[in-house]
Amino acid sequence: MHVEEKLTAETFPASPEKATLEGKNKFLGFWLFLGGETVLFASLFATYLALRDKTAGGPPAHELFRMPLVFVATMLLLTSSLTSVYAIYHMKNFDFKKMQLWFGITVLLGAGFLGLEIFEFNEYVHEGHVFTKSAFASSFYTLVGTHGGHVAFGLLWILTLMIRNAKRGLNLYNAPKFYVASLYWHFIDVVWVFIFTVVYLMGMVG
Amino acid sequence: MKKWLLNWRLFSLFSVMALLLAGCGKPFLSTLQPAGEVADMQYSLMLLSTAIMVLVIIVVTIIFVYVVVRFRQRKGEEKKIPKQVEGSHTLEIVWTVIPIILLIILAVPTVSATFKLSDVKPMNKEKRDKHTVVVNVRANLYWWEFEYPDYGIITSQELVVPTNERVYFNLKASDVKHSFWIPAVGGKMDTNTDNKNQFWLEFDQKATDKAGGIFYGKCAELCGPSHALMDFKVKPLPRADFDQWVEKMKNAKPVVTDSVAKEGEAIFNKSCIGCHAVSPVDKRPEQARTAPNLANFGDRTRIAGILDHNEENLKKWLKDPNSVKPGNKMAGTYGNLTDDQINALTKYLMSLKVE
Amino acid sequence: MSTVARKKSLIWDYLTTVDHKKIAILYLIAGGFFFLVGGLEALFIRIQLAKPNNDFLVGGLYNQVLTMHGTTMIFFAAMPLVFAMMNAVVPIQIGARDVAFPFLNALGFWLFFFGGVFLNCSWFLGGAPDAGWTSYASLSLESPGHGIDFYVLGLQISGFGTLIGGINFLVTIINMRAPGMTYMRMPMFTWATFVTSALILFAFPPLTVGLIFMMMDRLFGGNFYHPAAGGNTIIWEHLFWIFGHPEVYILVLPAFGIFSEIFATFSRKRLFGYSSMVFATVLIGFLGFMVWAHHMFTVGMGPIANAIFAVATMAIAVPTGIKIFNWLFTMWGGNIRFTTPMMYAVAFIPSFVMGGVTGVMNAAAAADYQYHDSYFVVAHFHYVIVGGVVFALLAGAHYWWPKMFGKMLNETLGKITFWLFFIGFHLTFFIQHFLGLMGMPRRVFTYLPGQGFETGNMISTVGAFFMAAATIVLLINVIVTSVKGQKAEADAWGDGRTLEWAVASPPPEYNFAQTPLVRGLDAYWIEKMEGKKGLTPAEPLGDIHMPNSSILPFVISLGLFIAAFGFMYRTEASWGLAVGIIGLLITLGSMFLRSVIDDHGFHIHKEEVLEAEKGVKA
Repeated sequence: MHVEEKLTAETFPASPEKATLEGKNKFLGFWLFLGGETVLFASLFATYLALRDKTAGGPPAHELFRMPLVFVATMLLLTSSLTSVYAIYHMKNFDFKKMQLWFGITVLLGAGFLGLEIFEFNEYVHEGHVFTKSAFASSFYTLVGTHGGHVAFGLLWILTLMIRNAKRGLNLYNAPKFYVASLYWHFIDVVWVFIFTVVYLMGMVG
Repeated sequence: MKKWLLNWRLFSLFSVMALLLAGCGKPFLSTLQPAGEVADMQYSLMLLSTAIMVLVIIVVTIIFVYVVVRFRQRKGEEKKIPKQVEGSHTLEIVWTVIPIILLIILAVPTVSATFKLSDVKPMNKEKRDKHTVVVNVRANLYWWEFEYPDYGIITSQELVVPTNERVYFNLKASDVKHSFWIPAVGGKMDTNTDNKNQFWLEFDQKATDKAGGIFYGKCAELCGPSHALMDFKVKPLPRADFDQWVEKMKNAKPVVTDSVAKEGEAIFNKSCIGCHAVSPVDKRPEQARTAPNLANFGDRTRIAGILDHNEENLKKWLKDPNSVKPGNKMAGTYGNLTDDQINALTKYLMSLKVE
Repeated sequence: MSTVARKKSLIWDYLTTVDHKKIAILYLIAGGFFFLVGGLEALFIRIQLAKPNNDFLVGGLYNQVLTMHGTTMIFFAAMPLVFAMMNAVVPIQIGARDVAFPFLNALGFWLFFFGGVFLNCSWFLGGAPDAGWTSYASLSLESPGHGIDFYVLGLQISGFGTLIGGINFLVTIINMRAPGMTYMRMPMFTWATFVTSALILFAFPPLTVGLIFMMMDRLFGGNFYHPAAGGNTIIWEHLFWIFGHPEVYILVLPAFGIFSEIFATFSRKRLFGYSSMVFATVLIGFLGFMVWAHHMFTVGMGPIANAIFAVATMAIAVPTGIKIFNWLFTMWGGNIRFTTPMMYAVAFIPSFVMGGVTGVMNAAAAADYQYHDSYFVVAHFHYVIVGGVVFALLAGAHYWWPKMFGKMLNETLGKITFWLFFIGFHLTFFIQHFLGLMGMPRRVFTYLPGQGFETGNMISTVGAFFMAAATIVLLINVIVTSVKGQKAEADAWGDGRTLEWAVASPPPEYNFAQTPLVRGLDAYWIEKMEGKKGLTPAEPLGDIHMPNSSILPFVISLGLFIAAFGFMYRTEASWGLAVGIIGLLITLGSMFLRSVIDDHGFHIHKEEVLEAEKGVKA
């Protein structure tokens, strides 16, 4: 199939993200990229685990963390992962409007998460948990902040795709782009599950 | 290691190599002239591994030379297409299994030696034997401090140890990472800024005599501009002499008689004493000990770790430390001294003796 | 449309190209340039060490030269030259018209290039990094000035480029193979590229993380490596070597691949034990990740960790040994032609075996306490990297030069280069094993007389000049060839086995007028043996889809280059932060443009292809 073909709901393939060679390459390349990202986060996690007790007189994790806030943020992000699944479901059914709608909700939820995270960091800073305070603080902000940076980038990316394609609808040129962006969004979500467990839950246990 | 020697082939290879290698380097510095239990153990491991590896090289070389000579293109063969061979399972199994066997032969003594060399149980503080000598080594930008915690004395740049017994070391660095290495006596260990490392060495009396009573020590981790100049010396003494040295150190005090030296002492007390101590019993915490202890400076064999020990070199060092050891921490800390002041200081420092 | 592209100026053409063959040439030129720079630094090192107490390069300046020599050679000479070979050959070897992501391919090159330029700017802006190419944390945090910042930021920029290149080749090899090109029919160099790319994908992120930590500590007040605030410098050593050891295989596996091609071609025999060669390559790649801590035996990890890493390291000798014997038996029974590339390949065997066996000696942890950070180690890794990688790059350059540029390098000059380099190499490094065993630590800027180091160092310095002479002859050869070289045929050496020798030298921009059908290992050889002139096509002649060129890869990389300067001077200059942000905006803006502007590429029409093919035949 060719990228510039005009398609209808009937002729739209079941896996539009892999229908062209460009799409296939993007799909595979992005999975590989996520493999590299996994190693990147693994290194950040390992460092955090090595340094998380080194508070150098600053507040320790269990006194610091605002669990209710973090819990709400977690729920927002988990839900956004689900809504992006809906978006891709509608993409595969060639329903552009619904796809846009669900991606819109995904972006809103993601923005909510990001807002809460910024608020949370701000609170911590007021309690003396600043980046330069200790090895614990440095590794905490770098790990969680790198994730936050990924969320921000994902939001801009999905938004760009939505606006750019708002008028022309779905085709085999942009379908792989939407698909890959949603893949990225899931990855961010999975990383957050690990952050929630390793940083926050283990932090509360001590 | 003995059981490997039973194999006569290896043994003959061993002796040839030992002969070849022993000619290398100086007895006070070379790892090929081992001067203690640790270096011995490492040397036999080196010989074993070299023997195996020479064996491998010989086999490869024989096949290599044969192939390159035998199968090169000859006149009139320019068009010849040789048989396209896919491979041979038998051969492939052979050159998989034989290396595995060779590696096992090497791996077993390696693992055993690795564990032996890390056995530092006897230095455990609570259960320590009274006679066990423990030295705290602290590496600093371009000088070494040796503290004997059980005797309450500190010396710098020249490590004194008893011979023919295991001496235990605590190793750390106070600024950047260094590495503590006395090549003739045993392998190195890093002095980290994060934690304390421990290991042991043994200094053989006979080898010490052969080396002229002194071994050379080196810093083996790049640590800054004067990394190459961060040498130290090791003086192993028979146990009785060592005990005597410890006693002398415990009671050492600077005795100044000469009038010029007295003048030097005054300058020293004004400009140098903030960092340098002149008594081996220095109770200050290690953070305050920012320069080498000079209690036995007059007895040493080197100025600044590298220059020959004479007044001329000492003056050169005091006048412009950076010309001797670039990037050292002493330069610029004591103002400009006149030639007279440097002469006085030199007299004073040379008079600091314990022996 | 393609004719329009050709009318643009040469420089603009190369700045915007996304053609893998032109990117290969860019990599070759840039990597070659940095190779000369790194080589000059090596010469300075050897001049300083020629005699005891020399004062040619003292203390801190020597450390800068030493650091830049290592960093330049690994990251900015060996890596790009390996990428040059991959780009020039791999897409053609698998019967593809380009790589999977031509745009990213260009981006990878420009990121590497700007990273290298950034690092070398340090020479003119207050001093180069001086903590060794390993840049261990405590020393690199203490290092004054911006030298280490140049290292940290330069390597991050170029590291992204390498990572992108790795992903690109993985996808290319998985998705773009011609019909019939199964995995077990791929040429050995393609296999090596495949495994190397996988190593890049998993090895570079830890380095990036380590560099980010160092950047945070040095520029933003972080505490990752400051023990006083709870940090730990050993974390850097682990992250660095988790990258650093696979890096050795990232360099040496393609070298193995290049030699595999050369041995088969010039013995006129198929590679002996092809499947075990593939297996060994994959196994080396896998084990390469299990052994990083053998660089840290003296750090104080304890006997259990040391013993495990010692044994794991020794295990790598087995697949490497398999390869050596397979090469020997590829030549066995063959009809060996000693061309320049083959001379390097033949010389590689004993040289690399030396480096390999000293590697096993280093693996014996207890004995390594003696070798570690001594000249023995310097000798060992130069035997591996020069005797393996540099020999391979020189061999590959001579072997594929006609394919890349359409002209044969002069064989006589090539052989002179080889002999000078070969003799110089062994003269320089063999003696260093003994210097190390005699107690000479590495990275020393001088040594005192009377310690037995004089003769060895003098010999070593003389050897270095032989290698320098070899390089000059090589340069002369390149110039002479480009002025009046003999034009190369498609099958330039007459014994080509793989697909790249079936297309013209240099290949047309679409590589294959018709995608070939691959009928076995050594696809072109099979066709030749059946008496056919060309390849069996897998498709009828038709329009060929090609990607558009773009200046955006250049601009994206330039943005990061500017941003790095801004953030580095942020603390002392008021313009720092602003410039940093502007740089990032340039990069993000270009990425945004890339995202919103559709790029469907263009078509070369059937008639144009026919025209071009006629031109080649005539």
